[in-house]
Amino acid sequence: MASVTSPEGVVPRVETHHTGAITMRDRINSAIMYILLTLLALLSIYPFWWMIVASTRRSATILTAPPPLLPGGALGLNYEQLVAQLPYWRNTINSVGVAGIHTILVLFFCSLGGYAFAKFRFPGRDRLFGLMLATMMIPGVLGIIPSFMLMRWLGWLEGADNYLPLIIPGVANAFGIFWMRQYIASAIPDDLMDAARIDGAHEFGIYWKIVLPVVTPALAALAIFTFMGKWNDFFWPLIVLKDEIDYTLPVALASLPNLYSNEIGVQLLGATIAIAPVMIVFLLSARRFMAGLTAGAVKGS
Amino acid sequence: MASSTLEAGGSRRHGGTLYEMRRNIWAYIFIAPFFLLFAIFGLFPYLYAFYLSFVQWDGIGGPASQQWVGLENYQSLFRDDVFWKSIYNSIWLFVVTSLNLVIALLLAFILNSGLVRFKEFYRAAFFAPIVASSVAIAIIFSTLFGERYGALNYVIGLVGIAPVDWLGSAFWIKPAIALVVIWRYFGWNTIIYLAGLQSINTDLYEAARVDGAGWRQIFFRITMPLMRPVITFTVILSIIGALQLFEEPLLLAGGTASTSPGGTDRAGLTVLVYMYSQAFQYLEFGYAAAMSVALFVIIVVFSFLYYRFLGREEA
Repeated sequence: MASVTSPEGVVPRVETHHTGAITMRDRINSAIMYILLTLLALLSIYPFWWMIVASTRRSATILTAPPPLLPGGALGLNYEQLVAQLPYWRNTINSVGVAGIHTILVLFFCSLGGYAFAKFRFPGRDRLFGLMLATMMIPGVLGIIPSFMLMRWLGWLEGADNYLPLIIPGVANAFGIFWMRQYIASAIPDDLMDAARIDGAHEFGIYWKIVLPVVTPALAALAIFTFMGKWNDFFWPLIVLKDEIDYTLPVALASLPNLYSNEIGVQLLGATIAIAPVMIVFLLSARRFMAGLTAGAVKGS
Repeated sequence: MASSTLEAGGSRRHGGTLYEMRRNIWAYIFIAPFFLLFAIFGLFPYLYAFYLSFVQWDGIGGPASQQWVGLENYQSLFRDDVFWKSIYNSIWLFVVTSLNLVIALLLAFILNSGLVRFKEFYRAAFFAPIVASSVAIAIIFSTLFGERYGALNYVIGLVGIAPVDWLGSAFWIKPAIALVVIWRYFGWNTIIYLAGLQSINTDLYEAARVDGAGWRQIFFRITMPLMRPVITFTVILSIIGALQLFEEPLLLAGGTASTSPGGTDRAGLTVLVYMYSQAFQYLEFGYAAAMSVALFVIIVVFSFLYYRFLGREEA
């Protein structure tokens, strides 16, 4: 790998490449660079392709050397076995419901908090903001056992309430508020709110009618992160949900009989259903998603 | 902020802090949900964990069934070989998976060089693994790691290496877990570093080049120092993340129903997996709480040491 970063290879913005003579050495460096990048890109993508291939085959045609590269014709059979083993569509609906409701609440509470931190100058603001950011650094492991106990005391582990532990905690979270604050601080001129105040608008009305419509790009990005995080969440739902019918997708997937006693294609079809929705959203919004994410990450440091 | 521009200097006339607080009452109402929810679902559990670590409790009965045992949980913890093994495994995985930060920094540097076409494609491809469910990924990889027909053994077989029992042997289970974790996170860190690199003023590079600096000097003298805050951020995140690995070790070395989590010789048992099994399989909630406190302390110490010795701006 070191050879890739040789003198002419990776110096930032080397204009000489366009104006000067291209040497043999430049070409080799460039080739090595592309081979490395493409190899890593293939390594990133291959497991997903493999998942799709295997989910359409029976174990007998998966367990071959070399491993198959193209889809087979057993998708229907795998699907029948998957839904016979688990209420997989009900699990999908659970996941959509939990992640969807949680996301909507996060958008509301985090934009509200972010607006207050961005546009009001109130005593204690900077300290409270710092305190909020510091809570992000606490390792979550500490809270797991007592949180489980708390949910039991609240009666949130019983019946239909057993989704509340997944939906409610974190609806006003530090990352979301921080994220919205950064955007609101730069996107909304103070004049806009002053004008509304002079007209006698209520503070909540200003948030609802003036701030929210302007910050939709930041809300969209926050919605994507939040939904993905909740959709993929595993540890907490594993602890909280007891009945198969209540499982979210990752918990259902983990409860499938393992490789030694189950068709591989059935398991990987389950994985495909768990991955496909968020992957499609990601691919459609990749550019904006990553631009937004990095803006937050770098400011966050 | 907005109204303060309207009544510049007004606060002092009207009577200071209390007046300011009352005038901004809506701001406090708007941020209240965070602090309320944090108090209930964050602070209370965090503090209660310390109390629970001094009791014996099966997790089923109410608070009255919690028996105070003093330091007994911690004493057992110190004598528990499996716990020490899980600490060793977690730290091993943290150290080895840190490799993903090195790969990420290198990739970000290449992608930022202005010499790469199809940059958007590479970024999206590297990032895709972080979007997918870690449970689904663990299942995919458990098939790729298959001893006889797994793709990984097929590829290493092409260069003449004998098949490896990735998931079944005590020696290879940790490298297998580490491989999945590195695969999953290097793209995420690449994107963060790339953003950091893009925020560096290119005039600095131009100036250094005019002064005759080579790429090596530019990288170590300009890029690295300016990237320090971003690198610190990613290292702290990866300390917190890697020491709390759960899905990958649980599913690659046993599964949710396994009675011996961690696989052969418990070589893949992380602290979090052990804690989970003690609490939710063996109903030793007090013991598990003591374990969570111990891991908490380790994470804080690691983060502090990094920040103290490597993360800060040089004096």
